[in-house]
Amino acid sequence: MSSPLFSRRVLLKAGAALAGTSALSAMPQIASASSPLTVGFIYVGPKDDFGYNQAHAEGAAAVKALEGVTVVEEENVAETVDVQKSMESMINFDGASLLFPTSFGYFDPHILEVAPKYADVRFQHAAGLWSADKHPMNVGSYFGYIGMGQYLNGITAGHASKTKKIGFVAAKPIPQVLLNINSFLLGARQVDPEITCQVIFTGEWSLAVKEAEATNALADAGCDVITCHVDGPKVVMETAAGRDCFICGYHANQSPLAPEKYLTGAEWNWAGVYTGMVETVMAGGTIDNFVRGGLADGFIKMSPLGPAVSDAARNQFEATKAEIIKGGFAAIKGPLNDNTGSVIAAAGEAFVETDIKLESMDYLVEGVIGSTS
Amino acid sequence: MDTDLGLWAIPIAIIGGAIRVSTPFLFVSLGEVLTERSGRINLGLEGTLVFGAMSGYAVAYLTGSPWAGVLAAALAGSVLGLVHGLICSLPRVNDIAIGIAMMLLGMGLAFFFGKPYIQPVAPDLPSINFGWWSDLPQVQAALRVNVLFLIGIAAAIFMWWMFRATRIGLLIRVVGDSTDAARAMGLRPALIRTLATAAGGAFAGIGGAYLSLFYPGSWNEGISSGQGLMAVALVIFARWNPIACFWAALLFGGAGALGPALQSAGFSEGYYLFYAAPYVLTLGVLIATSSPTRAMHGAPGELSITK
Amino acid sequence: MADQPLTGGGTGVFAADGWQAALARRSEAVLIPLGALLAGFLVFSLFLLILGKSPAEFFALVYKAGFGTWFSWQNTLSRTAPLLFAALCVALPARLGLVVIGGEGAIVLGGVMAGGLAGAITGLPGPLAIPLLALTGGLAGAAWIGAVGALRHYRGVNETIASLLMAYIAIALMNHLVEGPLRDPASLNKPSTAPLADHLRIGDMPGMDVHWGLAVGIVCCLLSWVLIERTTWGFAARVAGGNVRAAQVQGLPVGRLIVGFTALGGAFAGLAGAFEVAAVHGSANGSLATGYGYTGILIAFLARHNPLALIPVAILLAGFEASSGLVQRRMGLPDATTLVLQGFVFIAILLSDTLYGRLRIFAPERWGRG
Repeated sequence: MSSPLFSRRVLLKAGAALAGTSALSAMPQIASASSPLTVGFIYVGPKDDFGYNQAHAEGAAAVKALEGVTVVEEENVAETVDVQKSMESMINFDGASLLFPTSFGYFDPHILEVAPKYADVRFQHAAGLWSADKHPMNVGSYFGYIGMGQYLNGITAGHASKTKKIGFVAAKPIPQVLLNINSFLLGARQVDPEITCQVIFTGEWSLAVKEAEATNALADAGCDVITCHVDGPKVVMETAAGRDCFICGYHANQSPLAPEKYLTGAEWNWAGVYTGMVETVMAGGTIDNFVRGGLADGFIKMSPLGPAVSDAARNQFEATKAEIIKGGFAAIKGPLNDNTGSVIAAAGEAFVETDIKLESMDYLVEGVIGSTS
Repeated sequence: MDTDLGLWAIPIAIIGGAIRVSTPFLFVSLGEVLTERSGRINLGLEGTLVFGAMSGYAVAYLTGSPWAGVLAAALAGSVLGLVHGLICSLPRVNDIAIGIAMMLLGMGLAFFFGKPYIQPVAPDLPSINFGWWSDLPQVQAALRVNVLFLIGIAAAIFMWWMFRATRIGLLIRVVGDSTDAARAMGLRPALIRTLATAAGGAFAGIGGAYLSLFYPGSWNEGISSGQGLMAVALVIFARWNPIACFWAALLFGGAGALGPALQSAGFSEGYYLFYAAPYVLTLGVLIATSSPTRAMHGAPGELSITK
Repeated sequence: MADQPLTGGGTGVFAADGWQAALARRSEAVLIPLGALLAGFLVFSLFLLILGKSPAEFFALVYKAGFGTWFSWQNTLSRTAPLLFAALCVALPARLGLVVIGGEGAIVLGGVMAGGLAGAITGLPGPLAIPLLALTGGLAGAAWIGAVGALRHYRGVNETIASLLMAYIAIALMNHLVEGPLRDPASLNKPSTAPLADHLRIGDMPGMDVHWGLAVGIVCCLLSWVLIERTTWGFAARVAGGNVRAAQVQGLPVGRLIVGFTALGGAFAGLAGAFEVAAVHGSANGSLATGYGYTGILIAFLARHNPLALIPVAILLAGFEASSGLVQRRMGLPDATTLVLQGFVFIAILLSDTLYGRLRIFAPERWGRG
């Protein structure tokens, strides 16, 4: 059952019962005879980057296929006055009444600046932390528990690694990225608690040469499975495969880039989420302001396992995935320290995937080589 | 075998990084040396580099041959250089400003026509493994040298010899040092400068092809992070000497590898500052070697940027 | 083609004096760039035609989204402010013959310094604190680009290269500061300095959705024009720009002029950063480095470094950028289209430099001399 239609409470109650059903198939069919709707999508980079923007653009493509919906798109829109004016331009010239400005940095202050001026337009933002007491009611935030995908990536990585050292090319030390790094290592440690994960920050969301250098540095440091969190993973994937490392994807499916080396990948599955939201609006409903979902809700999905994944890995991967889909799964659970020795979780303490505290993560767990500043 | 090298990993990574990262700097700066020695400055090689990267990648993908891509990039670069050269042959046209305009146009055209090639995978240029003697995978990886890097070294040596010992080199230098003297010798400065700028553009185009066809080896709009602009800076740093360009490119490339290498060795705080190392280093050397009293040694007399 | 005047075939219709002559002399500086602008549009139209797109539709959309409605004007004008400041950072040093291309560095440093200071002075009332923020941004920019000027004069370091290198260093420094020492722990997925208190924010000008940066930018352009055209400093700078040796022989303080003009240019760029923080972003973060500094180079060269001409040129370029989105959506052209258009127009206008003084129609003394 897709969450866009329902409040968080309903979602939590219904979630377990209908686990596994994709958002799209479970969505009630709505006659699209209602007034035509224009939906705007704004991307911070090119929409075919094999990554973050492509994942959103694939969602937009699914929306485009709906009847009675017009989709307008803009690429390479900077997180400045640019995006404010792009949103307003879509509203003023195209009559857009539902907007998906997709980049992290669009939320504060840009969406928050524009939204109060257009009360009848809905602004949907990926990852923003909408809160009722601070933010306008016509703004909503939605996100997926993609850390769980990195946890599953980590399990395949743990099985594939011979050096017991895995690597992570990261853009910036922000909570989203830190959660992914920690999940990747903790997944691998389910296979072998001795495994360590080296992280290298490139400092930018998209910087090809530095991403390639970081990947080489990881390979030089002995990492033999590499994943990343940058906007376009293509360079990291190709470089890592060229260094004979196994790779785990992120954002979108990168297996065509190196099918033999690709283990699996944590992918966004925005198609179902976006069509669900658009259909909700067309039916005259309102989208919940705060929406989160994981594997079970069809917000994220895993790439098909590659040929290099062993049977043992496959079994543990599938078992853990089923466990996660059941709900209430915690990757971050005690006893757990961060890599400076401070206690993150005491024995028995656990942060389940839905815990909002995870969205303000500021540590790297024990076993991650790197620092958060 | 234990492959953890500890701190030794850093110098190995820097050597490897220098070889991998330096090639575009080398080609662009060689192209710029050729252009500037003739008395012109082409600040637009960043645009040429990006356009070369795109056209090289597109042609390599369409033909299946990376070398066809390199050729296409060289051709595209020389066309952009030719346009720059022709425009600057007109009196009172500012070559620096035209360079900035050509940079914009080159990047604009590359992004405009490059959209369909962001996704496809083009074949890579081959590399030669000079690290066969070592058992260490790090050393082997560091010494996996692309053919273009070797061609770049050969081109640097050739260009150095050309300026010293050939008639063509002499003509270019005469034109670059004094338009009047060149005219008195019966030369046509505008023609020679235009040809030198076109040839310089070809070099920059090849530098771009290295980016998209070998390292990092794919085409996207962020493929160049100012390599073309920096390479122009390196020319002044290298005092218009092709051999010195090679060392400058290596130094700059190696300094660029410092950031990731230090992080992988465990020094990760303030990584932005490590990433600025190549720029700080270049600026430092520039300050140390410049002088307010004497003109820059080796500078072509007709060059607008040093006048 | 070099020796053939393109127009004015010596008809001798006008007398070589009188109002026609005065008009002709004055109109050269306006008509040549306008003609070049049209030529640039023409070449771009050909480009579109070759691709099977309609130039008429393109320019109609640019007009509509850039200048056609009140919203479009606000869109254009709100993009103009940082461009004016950034262009001044190029135009002022250019009077001394210096080519400074690193204004981006001063913008980001000005922004991050203002953003950092804002957290410390929340106790001050707005009318006191806001000028202080602007001053801090300006000083940071002045120090950065002034250093480029000082390196040029006292060490002979090429200013073009130094400013470029220093721009990269400034961006690294800014990123380091907003993700390290100055980071607000509450800024989660977008590392930033602490958000500015409401009374420190710079608001919009009355009746429009455009912040005060535009007004200040225009005033700065006017003041710069006065400085260059109407003061001895400006005159001295032009002499030194023409020939440093001669200026020194005449006893002009060349060093102080160079440092002064570069610092002033840097101050304007730094001010742009402070406005971005106080009027747009509400905190300093990585979005400060979005390339305004580089667009400023383009504008300054197009305006031939004349501070008054910066204003219409910046508005025109801002209009192009404002319309880029609609062009993308309606015509299916990539976002890089604006870049291509800018490239063609830029080249055409620079090319037209070669025409000054060579068209007989603008030179009354040559009228009638067949």
